[in-house]
Amino acid sequence: MSVEELIVEPAQKAAPRKSPWRKLLEDPQAVVTASLLLVIAILGILTPLLTQHGPNEASLDAINAPMGSPGYPLGGDQNGQDILTRLLHSINTSMISGLIGTSVALAIGVTFGLIGGYYGRKLQGATEWVFSLIMTFPGILLLIILMPLTKGDYRSTMLIYGVLLSPGIYRIVRNQVVGVKNELFVDAAKVSGLSDLRILARHVLFVVRGPIIIAAAFLGGSAIGLQSGLAFLGVGSNTIPSFGAMIADGFLNLYEEPTQFLWPSMLLGVITASMVLLGNALRDAFEGVRPKPVKRSVVKKQAAQTGAREATGPEVLLSVRDLAIAYRTPSGELKEVVKGVNLTLDGGHTLGLVGESGSGKTQTAFAILGVLPPEAVITRGSITLNGRELLGLSERELRDLRGRSIAYIPQEPMSNLDPSFSVGDQLIEGIRASAGMPAKEAKERVLALLKRVGIQDPQRTFNSYPHQISGGMAQRVLIAGAVASRPKLLIADEPTTALDVTVQAEILDLLRDLQAELNMAVLLVTHNFGVVADICDRIAVMQDGEIVESGKALDIFAAPDHPYTAMLLNSILDEYTVRSDAPMATHNTAGK
Amino acid sequence: MIPYILRRFGAGILLALLVTLITFTLLSFSFDAVVRARLGSATTPEAVAAMTATLGFDRPVLVQYFDWLGGVLRGDFGTSLFTSEPVGPAVASRLAVTLSVVLVALVITVIISVALGVVAATRGGVVDRLAQAASLFGYVVPGLLIAIVLVVVFAINLRLLPATGYTPFNVNPSKWAATITIPVIVLVIAGAANITAQVRGTMIDELRKDYVRTLRTRGISTRSIVLKHALRNAAGPALTVLSFEFITMLGGALIIEKVFALPGFGTFAFNSSLQGDITVIMGITLFSVLLVVSINLLVDLVNGWLNPKARIF
Amino acid sequence: MSALLNVDALRVAYPGRGFRAKPHEVLHGVSLAIAEGETLGVVGESGSGKTTIGRAVLGLVKPSGGRVLFRDKDITHVTPKQRRELAKDIQVVFQDPYTSLNPSMTVGDILSEPLVVQGQSDKDARARVGMLLDQVGLPADAIERLPREFSGGQRQRVAIARALAPKPKLIVCDEPVSALDLSTQARVLDLFVDIQRQTGVAYLFVSHDLTVVRHVSHRVSVVYKGDIVETGSAEQVTSEPEHPYTQRLLLAAPIADPLEQEKRRAERHRLMERHREQDLQAGAVRA
Repeated sequence: MSVEELIVEPAQKAAPRKSPWRKLLEDPQAVVTASLLLVIAILGILTPLLTQHGPNEASLDAINAPMGSPGYPLGGDQNGQDILTRLLHSINTSMISGLIGTSVALAIGVTFGLIGGYYGRKLQGATEWVFSLIMTFPGILLLIILMPLTKGDYRSTMLIYGVLLSPGIYRIVRNQVVGVKNELFVDAAKVSGLSDLRILARHVLFVVRGPIIIAAAFLGGSAIGLQSGLAFLGVGSNTIPSFGAMIADGFLNLYEEPTQFLWPSMLLGVITASMVLLGNALRDAFEGVRPKPVKRSVVKKQAAQTGAREATGPEVLLSVRDLAIAYRTPSGELKEVVKGVNLTLDGGHTLGLVGESGSGKTQTAFAILGVLPPEAVITRGSITLNGRELLGLSERELRDLRGRSIAYIPQEPMSNLDPSFSVGDQLIEGIRASAGMPAKEAKERVLALLKRVGIQDPQRTFNSYPHQISGGMAQRVLIAGAVASRPKLLIADEPTTALDVTVQAEILDLLRDLQAELNMAVLLVTHNFGVVADICDRIAVMQDGEIVESGKALDIFAAPDHPYTAMLLNSILDEYTVRSDAPMATHNTAGK
Repeated sequence: MIPYILRRFGAGILLALLVTLITFTLLSFSFDAVVRARLGSATTPEAVAAMTATLGFDRPVLVQYFDWLGGVLRGDFGTSLFTSEPVGPAVASRLAVTLSVVLVALVITVIISVALGVVAATRGGVVDRLAQAASLFGYVVPGLLIAIVLVVVFAINLRLLPATGYTPFNVNPSKWAATITIPVIVLVIAGAANITAQVRGTMIDELRKDYVRTLRTRGISTRSIVLKHALRNAAGPALTVLSFEFITMLGGALIIEKVFALPGFGTFAFNSSLQGDITVIMGITLFSVLLVVSINLLVDLVNGWLNPKARIF
Repeated sequence: MSALLNVDALRVAYPGRGFRAKPHEVLHGVSLAIAEGETLGVVGESGSGKTTIGRAVLGLVKPSGGRVLFRDKDITHVTPKQRRELAKDIQVVFQDPYTSLNPSMTVGDILSEPLVVQGQSDKDARARVGMLLDQVGLPADAIERLPREFSGGQRQRVAIARALAPKPKLIVCDEPVSALDLSTQARVLDLFVDIQRQTGVAYLFVSHDLTVVRHVSHRVSVVYKGDIVETGSAEQVTSEPEHPYTQRLLLAAPIADPLEQEKRRAERHRLMERHREQDLQAGAVRA
């Protein structure tokens, strides 16, 4: 159960998702940049109507003419050509460059991306090789080298540039297709009898269209930028008006007539900036806004401490009182996902926190550990460990508790190990952080722990990287890391859900033994009543962020009080019913 | 490890052969123009034929290519068709100019991007918005315009730095630094914009992963989690983008060299191409492919060191 | 042969990872048969190859040996066109209702697409979609909605409706309830059984959970490391298993009753002890 689901799910149920195009229309950045580009493009198309001069028509009178001269609204350049006319023609040059570059790159990249991604590995290998070959070469250099061939014509140059850009598109499309191809809905479409072509067009292309559209905006900007760069260098015919050539001319004439440099630079800047900003807006619309960093800070409690401390017996280790956790909805108000939870756990006991997905059980566990996601807000309540209030402690104070007093075992063994460090290094770092000891002693301790959690060849596992060990073994490693400093409280969040039943039974045995050995209290978060029955002496049942029932495991299994608990227990497939009806004889056994 | 490097090196050589062959074949279509360019406009068909024969352009393209290749294997890259300068040393000396700009820019880009990206990803707030605005600026404004504005402000108006020209490092280190300062700044602005965004994005993703939470529950310090664990995992994708950025910078250096009149690789390539100096173009092609191949190999090796799963050896 | 589906000595190998790696065989010659209207449960743990059996029947993986017969016709290596024909007869329900439905298509399109492809008119397809929604217990207005607007259990009902659309003879069910919450699991299983009683469709029901399999299956096969180690009636396999692996599997699943579970745990420990002794003896004999 991820936090994301928790906060996103209700909102989605309320309103169907907006289409990306709708979102785009409501995004001022997209509307402004797209309109700017549209206006500029229309000005370019209307050039013949707006100008009185030809692009290369020069007049001695107009040399360096000031702005506002009759017939030369923006003045004339050093060759006596009309600046406005040349600007408008340059728009067309850059738009055509963008179009040629982008469409060639898209045509090649999308076609081969679809083919390379969808069909087998051999074809993919071949296309991959060709495209990485193209990709390894600095584009501008190749265009320069091939100048004798293209004669500097900007259209053929852009054609080649499109080819040079195609590997980027190819990679995007191929990666998307490979991802989508393995989605079950594509398998389902195959089983439904759809042809490959239809699957590609209807199921695959439709899903990957977003990244393609986004990339097209950036490609267009890149092609226009490159064309002006080349023109600035002087590649190509000087009878083709272009921003780059105008900037080069203006640069030489910068001190006499700064506006000659300013106009083309501004227009080019506006065009490329609009393309990039439009690309960013498209990305937001199609892929959703990327997650923002949120400063991880000490959980702020909005409410005051809940009155006087309740009388807690000396045996009470963990006490959670009226704990509420909320997330901010997109519209800004706080929505509670945990609504006033009370829990008590005595030293050396095992409490099962049971509920279905979305009930808030994992959030409660994270709050006790102090590792809620940064977006979470604890709105009220108190969490005490051995009588000490945990809410409001600084990260440093919490760090002293973690590992030593409270430890944690996660659900997914694989994603909870750092893939870049060996198992041994990760465990040693944890032990040294919580129990400060020399590296050598820590290593011996880790090897002993690995043996203790049932790993046959501790030294080998110690040296292994996470991807080299199985899920069951990874879970043993995580358990070793959790109990390394003999914590008083172990919080286990669905510790066996990702494992096979035979491995699950072994891990539960291990947890039971370790608990007795270390006299730990265990808070076990789970949805599985079998696991609860196996290991917990007390149960708290959670529904919709509230504890609906808690008590001794034996009592609750025998006679649940709350209807929700009763419903859950009733939905468990019992152990004894076996399907007894015979396969029905069908009316159509003979076949067609 | 060694066999892996050898295999990759072999693949690199193959790539170099292929690229030079394709380039040569494409260039062969312009041999005629090259000959005419050498002879000038007033020429006779006989003179053209004679020159074509002297340069060996009348032989089959493949024969010429292998002829050139044979020379390369003996360490002879030929001489310029126009200046008779030996191609090998000529390319190498120009490459030194370009690489000194690009490598310095690359190092500064990495330092800025990692620092800014990590701070933006962990602190959020104002720092993050500033970093994002800066990186958007680098994306949005064409490097050409940035270069011109910097020259005008720092070199021409304030006279703090030389506007053009190049002094080699071994001649005068401080002058060398002064001549490359503006070109480096221009490359860094564009490069850092790209890499900072990349580092920021992958760091944010990494810091939200499960293993980060588990490390926190072990009492490990935030500093170690960010700098040791998350950054190492984020470095792989950033490194790949960096290798593309290097290639982009090599291309970008070309325009920079023109603005600042640096006698670099790009200017050399540009001038030789304008003239159709086939041997020089071939030398430049070969050098750049080998450069790119070595960079890619280096990136793969560093990636393997960073990411145990990518270790093929 | 009266069986609807016969799988005979099926082998599947996946290409090895990396350069010139050896192929990795996941099924080493698996045989099973399913009669019309019957449910065969296939139980195994992750990596056992149970899912691959279903995928081979569906033509989603290419077998490296053995045969798959549907109504006595060899369908092991059929042309893509013949495979598309088989879509009328063999259908699938996957494990994950979140990824098995195209997120950008409405439920109506998801359900009618296979029908339209097979040549039905839009009008007929729409009518059939209405019937299907009713059959799986979804409201009629579901037609216009996107999969993301539904809960996991409801999405799985959509997936079941899609499988039923062409009136197939066999549905491969690949862990169809393991992604669902406890309270929905039982209801979806009941739906599977009801539909079978109404339509006479046969199921190849793949699951890691003996309890789930016991509820829907007439017969059960147990897969272990690419081989079927035991096949028998659901009653026999799930209460008195013969193979040591099935015994371990049965006793490893915890019962949701603290007292019963304590007994089962003790029984499991005894069994493990016995197996360990047998292994030791076998080792001693070999040595």
